[in-house]
Amino acid sequence: MGRLRTFTRRTFIVGSVAVAGGVAFGAYQVLRPAKGPGAPEDGLRLNPWVLIDARGVTVIVPRAEMGQGVQTTLAALVAEEMEMPLGDIRVEHGPPAEVYANMSLLIPRDYDAKRPGAVMETLYQAMPKVLGLQITGGSFSAFDAYEPMRKAGAAAREVLREAGAARLGVGLDQVRAEAGAIVATDGSRIPYADLAEDAAKIEPPKSPRLKDPADWSILGKSQIRLDQPAKATGTATFAIDVRRPDMRFATVRMSPRLGGGMVSFDASVAETMPGVEKVVDLGDGFAVVATNTWLAMQAAEAVTVEWGAAPYPAETDAIFARIEDAFADKPNITARDEGDVEADGSGDLVEAEYRVPYLAHATMEPMNSTALFTGDGLELWSGNQAPIMLQKAAAEAVGLDQDAVTLHTTIMGGGFGRRASIDFGVIAARVAQAMPGTPVQVTWSREEDMRHDHYRPGAIARMAARLDGGKVAMLTGDVACGSVMGSQMSIPMADRTIVEGIGDQPYRIENRRIRGYAADVAVPLGYWRSVGNSQNAFFHESFIDEMAHAAGADPVEFRLGLIRPEHARSAAVVEKVAEMAGWTGKTPEGVGRGVAFTHSFGTPVAEVIEVVDEDGSIRIAKVWIAADMGVILDPGNCEAQLTGGCVFGLTAAVHGKITFADGMVNEGNFTDYELLRMSNVPEFEVALMANADRPGGVGEVGTPPAAPALANAIFDLTGERVRQLPLIDRFDFVG
Amino acid sequence: MAYTLEINGQSHEVDLPGEVPLLWVLRDTLGMTGTKFGCGVAACGACTVHIDGVAVQSCQTTLETVDGPVTTIEGLGTPGAMSAIQRAWVEHDVAQCGYCQSGQIMQAAALLAETPDPTDDEIDAAMWGNLCRCGTYPRIRAAIHTAAKTIQAEG
Repeated sequence: MGRLRTFTRRTFIVGSVAVAGGVAFGAYQVLRPAKGPGAPEDGLRLNPWVLIDARGVTVIVPRAEMGQGVQTTLAALVAEEMEMPLGDIRVEHGPPAEVYANMSLLIPRDYDAKRPGAVMETLYQAMPKVLGLQITGGSFSAFDAYEPMRKAGAAAREVLREAGAARLGVGLDQVRAEAGAIVATDGSRIPYADLAEDAAKIEPPKSPRLKDPADWSILGKSQIRLDQPAKATGTATFAIDVRRPDMRFATVRMSPRLGGGMVSFDASVAETMPGVEKVVDLGDGFAVVATNTWLAMQAAEAVTVEWGAAPYPAETDAIFARIEDAFADKPNITARDEGDVEADGSGDLVEAEYRVPYLAHATMEPMNSTALFTGDGLELWSGNQAPIMLQKAAAEAVGLDQDAVTLHTTIMGGGFGRRASIDFGVIAARVAQAMPGTPVQVTWSREEDMRHDHYRPGAIARMAARLDGGKVAMLTGDVACGSVMGSQMSIPMADRTIVEGIGDQPYRIENRRIRGYAADVAVPLGYWRSVGNSQNAFFHESFIDEMAHAAGADPVEFRLGLIRPEHARSAAVVEKVAEMAGWTGKTPEGVGRGVAFTHSFGTPVAEVIEVVDEDGSIRIAKVWIAADMGVILDPGNCEAQLTGGCVFGLTAAVHGKITFADGMVNEGNFTDYELLRMSNVPEFEVALMANADRPGGVGEVGTPPAAPALANAIFDLTGERVRQLPLIDRFDFVG
Repeated sequence: MAYTLEINGQSHEVDLPGEVPLLWVLRDTLGMTGTKFGCGVAACGACTVHIDGVAVQSCQTTLETVDGPVTTIEGLGTPGAMSAIQRAWVEHDVAQCGYCQSGQIMQAAALLAETPDPTDDEIDAAMWGNLCRCGTYPRIRAAIHTAAKTIQAEG
């Protein structure tokens, strides 16, 4: 890692640089978003690295692997242009570096970029980004990397050809790049690694020729992910698997009344327990350091504590009353205000109110980090989605300069947005500070993890529409929930996550107003796979279904009538999913079908779900998914992400619920925060489309349509309209 | 107190209180981190290992009750010499985050030892206690079928 540190920090490479024993290639990319008054100067920024040295070819992937396959797909972009087998490429997650910042996380893409108001929202969102965030999230990695990664690979290929031709004393037209080597027409062959030092002396082309996608041999084809053998043999190193010499194992307890602080604690019993070495007073909580994590957890149980009061209403009902109060305030954000929604009109008024609960991320790997504090430095091992933020916050917490913190970003046992919050890494730094010279791994119990999440906000939506002769004459939607961006950034701002998935959908409706209200509830909130889309798609697509029903129209035809005039790519996925499912609008007794559509992260996705009544219990039998990926980089991985994202959404729809009593989260483990299991996961059929010039998001986009498609299917089966989740509160499901 | 454990064919002596769960003996004392901590209450299956060939949840198996040879994911195969079931996992590109997969593979290995050619229902029943937050279940099921065929073909 040291060799990377020296040249990545605050440096852009546009071209190549010599490094010890080799050469590194970078490509700098600026993409200007839609022109408009005051549009940000900087759009996308990513500076990938291709390092060639004696070890071979290493791609520095500045995005973290949390299961989405990003390290394989980003390496494939380079491998394709370099003409080398994907399996021969080493992948490393780079150190925190501003050059890796993606300041474009929330810049609207595709249809969303054309929407009125999008530019102003982008300006609001861009400000914190300019501070230099390197985040893996927003389903942005492939979109961001698509061109620069290929350019870096192509530049490397061209320079290697030049170096190879010179070495062989032949013309440039006499050499080709093939399988990791420069090969001359007479068959002589020089591996890339042997040409690295020569290559460092050659100025790379500024605009290297990129391969025609028709000639791709790696991209566009399903790859076995590079991390599969390690993950199948238990040899992949997650943060929780980091082992250092003389390491100690710790666990932490922070106030279960989130942000409530600690009044007092008594650790006298815990300190005498076997293996316990230290109980660390963190001020707002405590940590037990022991020779073994389990011994630390047992001792933590033996500490008696008085916790402070919660800074939010203590009970779930009171929290939702506070969310409801937000409707009386001024909107935080108006996503759309088109035509005249107040005008008197004829036709039928349809109104509905929907509610969704708070949700935990529940990654399989509980929060943890390992830290070594040496007085003048801090080394941190952490599976995280926001390395620059973590490095900065950890430095501040232990009183060091940011440069004195070395951060190793490991692979993650699930992220889903949870690891974009950095609390767990900072806590490890603080615990290590109390044990100078000793590496300490701080692991949260499952209960600590579930009860100290940064939650998907509970939300309420009030929808209204006027239907005139089967046409939508007017639609309004008001959503109230806590502000994720406000909670994450600690600065008030217009928060488009409150309205994403409802204020940005490609339906042609002339008179429409969508507003978001930021509720004043201090429960910590975070980015939960697909963020605002996760609740707003449920509100919007359930209500579209209610409108279709009220209009006496088929739900697929009703949607297409509104989407076709607005966005052809979106209409195409709805048509495709209907075709795949053999949609007729009619289902036999005991079978129900529902459809839902969401355009999120630049990718339109439609899902049809079939449910079956089995002796009064519901079985989720089959899901059809059609998605337009823009450009398909790895069909197998796209299918895995879409189905996995759908399971994530179905799990939340059926089971997900975080509730509060006495200011504390009730649910603590998988015994009361149930997930779908192999026995109740449906059969999937997925169709991938590719109707754009660059890839859209894939990691999150399968999630939003899942809940409304299921709720709409249950309406078709039972005639009962679902306006509140989770479904398990009202229906039985086959286990 | 000192206990002697046989793990993946090797003998290990550990000096820990008898109530420490095997999971934490493996991970923290012996540095065998392939076996994962997920829930601590036998609700997720991430910590599954074999004792005498039987799948058990090591977070609920105390050191003093270990009464037979232990096999962990490390004992099933290595990246250079994978078992048939691990090869099937790679072939089906199963893992996403991968954190639960050690436990999934150990549970599946125990199933195939008992039931060499399981039906979907038998797989679902055997794998019921193993959670996967990434939702890789369909590929896990497919990989188990492939592994079953491979093991039968290889005898």
